[in-house]
Amino acid sequence: MKKIDSINRLLVLISALLMISAYFTPLWQISLWAPQYPEGLNMKIWIDKLSGDVDIINGVNHYIGMKHIGVEMFPEFTYLIYVFAFIIGFGILAAWIARRWAAYTFLGLISLLGIGVLVDMYLWGYDYGHNLDQMAAIKVPGMAYQPPLIGYKELLNFLAYSGPDTGGWIISVSGILLLFVIIRFFIQDKKANHPNQNI
Amino acid sequence: MKTRLWLLAGAVVAMAFAPGCKPKGAQSALSGDAASKVYVAPGEHDEFYNIVSGGFNGQISVVGLPSGRVLKIVPVFSVHPENGWGFSEESKPMLNTVHGFVPWDDLHHIAISTTNAEHDARWAFANGNNTPRIARVDLTTFKTVEIIEIPNSAGNHSSPFITENTEYVVAGTRFSVPTGDNKDVAIDSYKENFKGTISFISVDKEHGNMDLAFQIEAPPFNFDLARAGKKKSHGWFFFSTYNTEMAHTLLEVNASQKDKDYIMAVNWKKAEQYIKEGKGKKSKAKYAHNLWDESNHTATSTIKEDILTLDPKELKDIIYFIPCPKSPHGTDTDPTGEYIIGSGKLAAIIPVFSFTKMLNAIEKQDFEGTIDGMPVLKYESVLHGEVEKPGLGPLHTEFDGKGNAYTSMFVSSEIVKWNIETLQVLDRVPTYYSVGHLMIPGGPTGKPHGKYMVAYNKITKDRYLPTGPELAHSAQLYDISGDKMQLLLDFPTIGEPHYAEAFPASLIKDKQVKFYRLEDNNHPRALKGINNARVERDGNKVHIYMTSIRSNFRPDNIEGVRVGDEVYFHVTNLEQDWDVPHGFAVKGANTAELLIMPGETATLKWVPDRVGVFPFYCTDFCSALHQEMQGYLRVSPAGSNTEIKYSTGE
Repeated sequence: MKKIDSINRLLVLISALLMISAYFTPLWQISLWAPQYPEGLNMKIWIDKLSGDVDIINGVNHYIGMKHIGVEMFPEFTYLIYVFAFIIGFGILAAWIARRWAAYTFLGLISLLGIGVLVDMYLWGYDYGHNLDQMAAIKVPGMAYQPPLIGYKELLNFLAYSGPDTGGWIISVSGILLLFVIIRFFIQDKKANHPNQNI
Repeated sequence: MKTRLWLLAGAVVAMAFAPGCKPKGAQSALSGDAASKVYVAPGEHDEFYNIVSGGFNGQISVVGLPSGRVLKIVPVFSVHPENGWGFSEESKPMLNTVHGFVPWDDLHHIAISTTNAEHDARWAFANGNNTPRIARVDLTTFKTVEIIEIPNSAGNHSSPFITENTEYVVAGTRFSVPTGDNKDVAIDSYKENFKGTISFISVDKEHGNMDLAFQIEAPPFNFDLARAGKKKSHGWFFFSTYNTEMAHTLLEVNASQKDKDYIMAVNWKKAEQYIKEGKGKKSKAKYAHNLWDESNHTATSTIKEDILTLDPKELKDIIYFIPCPKSPHGTDTDPTGEYIIGSGKLAAIIPVFSFTKMLNAIEKQDFEGTIDGMPVLKYESVLHGEVEKPGLGPLHTEFDGKGNAYTSMFVSSEIVKWNIETLQVLDRVPTYYSVGHLMIPGGPTGKPHGKYMVAYNKITKDRYLPTGPELAHSAQLYDISGDKMQLLLDFPTIGEPHYAEAFPASLIKDKQVKFYRLEDNNHPRALKGINNARVERDGNKVHIYMTSIRSNFRPDNIEGVRVGDEVYFHVTNLEQDWDVPHGFAVKGANTAELLIMPGETATLKWVPDRVGVFPFYCTDFCSALHQEMQGYLRVSPAGSNTEIKYSTGE
C-alpha cells in the first residue's frame, strides 16, 4: 500500500489532535422552549457527564411520566472516554506510519463512531419518549415524547431541538479534514496515471 | 319698573359671561405625543428603576419609568402577610426594637448608594420615622437585609441621607427629646433638658453593614431634612432646621415666629477626626441592630448600647449655622457641590448659598453671633442669591445636570424650573395636586439623568376613578429634556410616597438573584432533598422538616400532633429555577402564609387550638398540578397517646 505525503500526514495528525477537544467540550445539546420558558432549557451531553438545566427538565418531564435523566442512565459515559482514546490513538498512529490504509481506517472509525452515537441516541430517545410511568399525572392517549434525533420537533407545549454542540462540531471538522486527505489521494493518483498532463 | 328690568337684564348678561371671567387655574397641559414617550411595549423593559418610599405603609415600592408600572412592594418596617415577612420565624427579628416587635413604621426617604457621588445602586437606604430606624435593602434581591435602630432620637425624619461614597448614612432627629439619665423631666423644661442628636452611621464598603459611628449633640431644634456636600463640598453635611424658637407646644404658631431659622452645616470629616483622636464621650443607650443572613435565610437581632458622642459646644469647629428664611424644609446641594438650596416653606424667595462663600466666611470669622458657642454665619456673606417670586410653599429641589434646578411648590401646586447661576425662573408646570417631593433620576447625585421628572403629590381628589374617601396618592411624570417641562403621565402610587430615587436599570438588572442555591443553604433545618423529610417531637415542640417541589409536600400526612403543641413547619423549596416560589398555609394559623423562594427554607409556627384534621396547601400557583399540592395534619387531644407518624404517597 502507498505511503502518504507530509501534507496528508499533517492533516491526519491535526484531525486526530482536534478530537482531543471531546474531553473538554460538550458533544451534543438538547434544547427546549415553551411559553413558560422563553429563555429555553438546555442540556449538554459531554463525553462522560451531563450539564445544564437537567434538574429543571426532569422536574417538567415527571408530569408525563418520563424517566429521571441522570448520569446513571447512560452506561456510555463509562466507556466513551476509552473509545475516543482508541480512535485518537489510532489517528496519531496513522499519521506516524503514513500509509493510505491507515488513513482510510481512521476515517472509517470516526464514521462508525458517528453512526454508532446516532443509533444509540435514537434508541435512548425512543425508550425515553415511549417508556412512560403508568402513574404519570398527565397522560395524552397516543402521545409519545421521543425527542428529535437532529433538528426541531414539537412536543405538547414544548419545542425541542437536538444537535451537535462545540465538541460535536469539532469532530465533524476532523472527519472533513480526513475526507480532504482522501480527495488528495485521488488527485495524486490521477496525476500519477497521467504524468504528462498538467492538471 | 324699567330700572328693575334693566337690572335683571344686566344680571342675566353678567351670569352668561361669568365663566369667561374666571381666571385660568391648574388645567391639563398635555401636549404633543406624550403616549408614545411612556409606552413600553409588551416584553420590553423600563429604562429606570424608581425606588419609592411608601410613607405610612412602611414599605418601598419599585416602579418602572417611564411607564409608571409597579414592579414590586418591598416590606421594610412593616409585616407583609403576602410573603410572610414579619410572620415567619426567620424574619421576625428584623422588626425587633428596644420596644420589642414593632411591625409598622412611617417610611419617608430613600437614599441609593453612591460611589464618587454617582449611583452604584448596590443598596437602598430608608428611614423609619416613628420608632427611629434605618433600613438597608439589597438591590440584587430587593429584600430588607439590615435595620439599625437610632438611640436618643424621636421622629427620624432628617434621614437617611448619605455621603458621596456611602461612607455614612445620617439620622437627624425631628423631635428633640431628653436623653441620658435625665429623661423624666417637665415638658416645659424643653430648652434646658431636650437634645437634638444627629447620628452618623458608617456603612461597610464591601458588605454594606451599618454601625452607629458617633452622634453629635446639637441644640434642641427640629431637624427636618439633610444633604451631604459632594465633590468640592465633600466632607460637609447640611441639615435644615425649624423650631429654632425651641417651642414645645402649638408649633404651628410658636415655631413660625422667627424670620430666619438655620441650615446647620456639619464638618463631618472634622468630626471623624475628633472621634479618631478619642474626643468622643462614651455613653449608654440601648438600640437594636438586626441583620439578615442570606446563607441561612435567617435574621438575628442584637441589642447594643455603646454610643460615642461629640459635643460641638466644646469642639467648636464642627458646626456652623447658616440663617435661612422661614422654617426651611428641603436643603439640597447641586451636582457640582457648590450651591446649597434652602427651601423655606413659608418664604417668598428661595435662597441659594455658596459653599465657597461659606468657607470664606468661616475663615474670616464673619459671624453674626453664636448659639451655645457655635458660630452663626452672616446670611449675606454666604448667599449666592435669591430666586425671586418662585411660587408658594417651596419644599424640595432636584437638578438636571444642565445647570437647572427644579423646586416643588406645595401651596401653589407646581414645579418651578430655574437657573442656578442666574437665579432666573425659566418655566413652571402645574402638579395634581400639591406636590411634596419631586425626583429626577440621579437628581441628588453628581450625575443627574435630566430626562424625566416625577412629582409625588399629597392630594389626589379627582385624578382617577373615585374609590370612596381614601384615595391613592397621585404622581405625574414630566419630560424635562427640552426647555419646557412637558407632562407625560399621571399614575396612582402605593402608600403615601415621600422621597424617591431613580437610576438606570442597566446598573442592576443583570445582577439580580434568580434563586438560592440549595448547596449554599446553611439553614440549620434545611433539607437538601426529599429523603430527610421528617417529623420530630421535642417536648411540646413538634418540628416538621418539609420539602416542597412541583407538585407535592413531603411529608403530606402527619399525625401525632396534640392540642397546645408548638408546631414548626420548616419548609424548604427544593426548586432550582427562576420564578418557582412555593407557598405554605395551614388552617387556623394566627400568622400568615410563607412564600418560599427556590432554595430557601422558611419556618411557620402554628399552635393548634382544637382537635381535628387540618389541611395545608401551596398558595402560589406553581404548576399544572398546583391544586393537588396539599396535605393533612391530624391534631389529637392534649395528653393523648397518638404516635408521631408521617408519610407521603403511602
